[in-house]
This record gives sequence, structure tokens and C-alpha cells, in this order.
Amino acid sequence: MPEHTVKSYEDELSRLRDMILRMGGLAERQVAEAGEALVERDSDLAAEVVRRDSQIDALEREVEALSVRLLALRQPMGADLRLIVAAMKISHDLERIGDYARSAAKRAIVLSQQPSIGSMNGFVRMTEMVQENLKGAIDALVHEDAAKANEIWAADEPVDEIYNGIFREMLTHMMEDPRNITAATHLLFIAKNLERIGDHATNIAETVHFAINGAAMEEERPKADTSEFAVVRPPSA
Amino acid sequence: MDQNTATVTEPSAGFGGMQARSTATLNATSRISVRGLDFFYGDNRALKGINFEIPDRQVTGMIGPSGCGKSTLLRVLNRMDSLYPGQRAEGEVMMDGENIIAPETDLNALRAKVGMVFQKPTPFPMTIYDNIAFGVKLHEKLSKAEMDQRVEWALTRAALWGEVKDRLNTSAMGLSGGQQQRLCIARTIAVRPEVILFDEPTSALDPISTLKIEELIDELKRDFTIAIVTHNMQQAARCADQVAFFYLGELIEVAPAAQLFTAPREKRTQEYITGRFG
Repeated sequence: MPEHTVKSYEDELSRLRDMILRMGGLAERQVAEAGEALVERDSDLAAEVVRRDSQIDALEREVEALSVRLLALRQPMGADLRLIVAAMKISHDLERIGDYARSAAKRAIVLSQQPSIGSMNGFVRMTEMVQENLKGAIDALVHEDAAKANEIWAADEPVDEIYNGIFREMLTHMMEDPRNITAATHLLFIAKNLERIGDHATNIAETVHFAINGAAMEEERPKADTSEFAVVRPPSA
Repeated sequence: MDQNTATVTEPSAGFGGMQARSTATLNATSRISVRGLDFFYGDNRALKGINFEIPDRQVTGMIGPSGCGKSTLLRVLNRMDSLYPGQRAEGEVMMDGENIIAPETDLNALRAKVGMVFQKPTPFPMTIYDNIAFGVKLHEKLSKAEMDQRVEWALTRAALWGEVKDRLNTSAMGLSGGQQQRLCIARTIAVRPEVILFDEPTSALDPISTLKIEELIDELKRDFTIAIVTHNMQQAARCADQVAFFYLGELIEVAPAAQLFTAPREKRTQEYITGRFG
């Protein structure tokens, strides 16, 4: 699109875009490092993640303030209006993602003092996937790439599938040995946090689709989280 | 894009509440049909093959940069152009089965049916009462009682009655700008038109008077078909059910207001409404 006639308005809109980009980058880093802290049993890194969350919260407040200001003073229309509405929604999703990453990091601190149970491969994979989706969704916004947004939007099923696997695995660990319960419960919550982060990434993709095309996604998003129905029978039963 | 066809946007999901309004717009019956309309100021072709429907009892907003042809089109709708030599319209503007730009059109009858409110309030230098009665007398013979009733009705519909009922016999020139404009609206509706054309009706008014006029337009659309030309996009967004965007004599896009201002289909509309023009 050509530049806005009013330069200060154009500047404010690109500031808003930059803020979302910064917030997205920060959220991505939080997710990655929460995962790393968990897998490497690194409580210092985990504590760093917990501390850093306030930066995301501050950015959310900034995005909100700038958006409200733009709505009040510029009376935005068309694509500008959609960008501003999208920025508010996306910043909220990113703030939630930050909270989930912080929660995972806190649990990673507890877990670093527990005996380890089983393989961490599922967590590694899940962290990579949600981080990638999050990055893709933010990139789609920055490059106004609707196709990319659609791709991310439809790519959450593998995350759900890993989550289902972890859910069953943790129940099994708990049944095998009650001493696993503390660690397995924390791990379950972490897996759930990662799964939720994946959902927020698809929300962002959905919002990006709206910002670019001016219409909401019409289909239901494909979902594969079946843990609501999961039952693991004790070995003796 | 073919200049004879503007994009008519289908309703789509997006912002809440948009759908109901857009469906209403698309289902409305057409009050005025403009087909293949060209308009010339001498050799200058100011409107180029306009095809356009004005829906019955809805507000149609017309926007676009200066010189885009929106006011020209509005003036053709009640044949104001006929007042000036060297101006001519070609094509069809169908209303009640008649082409109103045909030479045989009875312009007085047409203007009683299609009233117009201008940018600057234009009260006549006479009493408030006579301002309203003046136009009515041109078209109808009413008794004093009937005329009193008509004046009260028109002033009430124009949301001015309460403010002037005690001074109907004082000069209209003593009213404020906003009141004068509502008086002009009362004068227009007093002859009981079917269509009311507004040409920048609030550009000379303060914000509160502007809102009163907008509220009035919203009220009037229950009984009248309304077309409004405005430079104020927010006003078109607030008042209009459907909005038409004109550029260089062409109709670029027509869509329900919520659609046009949140997700216009045409690039030129997008650039204009976001202030990125030229």
C-alpha cells in the first residue's frame, strides 16, 4: 500500500507493527527457553524466564494504549482499522503465551529437583513445534502473508497428538510408581501449557487472516486433542 | 475493471453485527435505478457510465475526492443540472418507471418528489412558518388549518418544533446554523417528497448540530429514501446503510457501510478511506 498522507499516522502504525513483532519475538524466546530449562534441568534459566515475563506484560499494555489512542485520534478505516484491532487481539494472545511459558518455567524449577522420569523427547518436539507456529503467525502478520497464516492455522493437530501421547505416558508413570506423581503431574501441566500455547498461535494466525483479508476464517479449526477422553487402566486390572 | 460495473460486495463475516446490516441493504428494493449514466459539463465528461441502485427507505452515502462526480450525480437525481446551459446527462435514471433525465420530465413534479438539502442552510428571509408553507403552496392548496398542521408536522419530523413553536412568526434568519439547517430539512419534507438528497448537509455546522442532523437522517429513513454526499467519511460510516465510492467520474465500489469501511474490495477504495490517496 502507498504511504499514508499523514506521516505521523504512518509512523504510529509502523510503531504498532514493531511492537507486535517485538512482543512476538520475546514470547517465542520465552517458550524456547522454558522448554530448554525443562529439558536441561536448568533452574537458573527457568528463573530467568519467570523474571522476563513482566516485559511481555508491559508490552501488552503499550500495545493496548497505542491502539486505543489510534482508534480515538485517527478514526482508522479499512486495513488500518483491521491492523489495530488485530494488534490488540494478538497482544492479548501473546500475553497469555507468556503466562504459560512462565508457568512452565516455574514447574521446571521444581522438576529440576525431582528424579527424572522417562524421555523428554515429546516435550522437545512440542516446544519446537509451537515455537515454530508462533514465529510463522507473527511473520505472516509482518509480511501480510495470508497463505502462511492459513498454513499455521491448520498446523496445530500434530501438537495435539504429541500432547495426547504425553498425557497417556504420564498417567502410566503415575500408575507404575506413586513416587512419580509429583514430577508427572508437573509435566502434565507443562504439556498442557505447551498445548495451549499452540492454540494461541493458531488464534494469532486466525487474527492475521482477518487483518489481511478482512473476513474471518469460516471453517472450524482442525483439532486433535483427545485427552479429555483418555483412560489408562492400571496394569493389574 | 470495466467502468460500467462497480464491485458490489457480498456480505461476509468479520465484525459482529455487520452481517445483518449488509443483508438488509442487499435485499432492499431499488427506489432509483441509474443505468449507463454519462454527464457532461460542456466537453468534460464528469460521470462515466454509472450503474447504481438507490435502495428504498435506506440511506445511501456517496463519498470520493473533490471532482469525483458524487455531487454531479446527486444533482442529476433532481435535475438541478437543467438550470445550467451546456450541461447534459445521457443514459437512464429510472424512478417510478420513468426516465427522469428525459426532456419531457416535469421538473416541478420531480422536485416535489425528490427534495434537496444543501451544504449551507438556505432559509428564506421570511418567518419560520412561511419558510415551510412557501414550498407547500407551490404544489398544494391547503386551508389555514391544514397548513398549520402541515407546518407542525414538518417541523416535528425535522426535530425543530419544540424549539420554534413559540416563535413561528419570527424571522428564520434569527435561528442558529443548526436550527436553520433543520428548518431547511423541514421545508424539504413539508412537500412530502419520496426521496431526500443531502449535499454536504453538515459541513457548515458544529459537532452537536451535526449529530442532531445525523440522528434526524436516521429517523427520516423510515419514511424517505435518502442519498447523502459527504466529505466526512465518519459521517458516511455513521449514517449510511450503503456507501458508494466515486473516483474520477467512475463508480468504483458500492457496499454496505460496515463492509466498505472495514474491508473494501477495491484497492482505490482502500487507499481513499485509509487516507493514502495519490
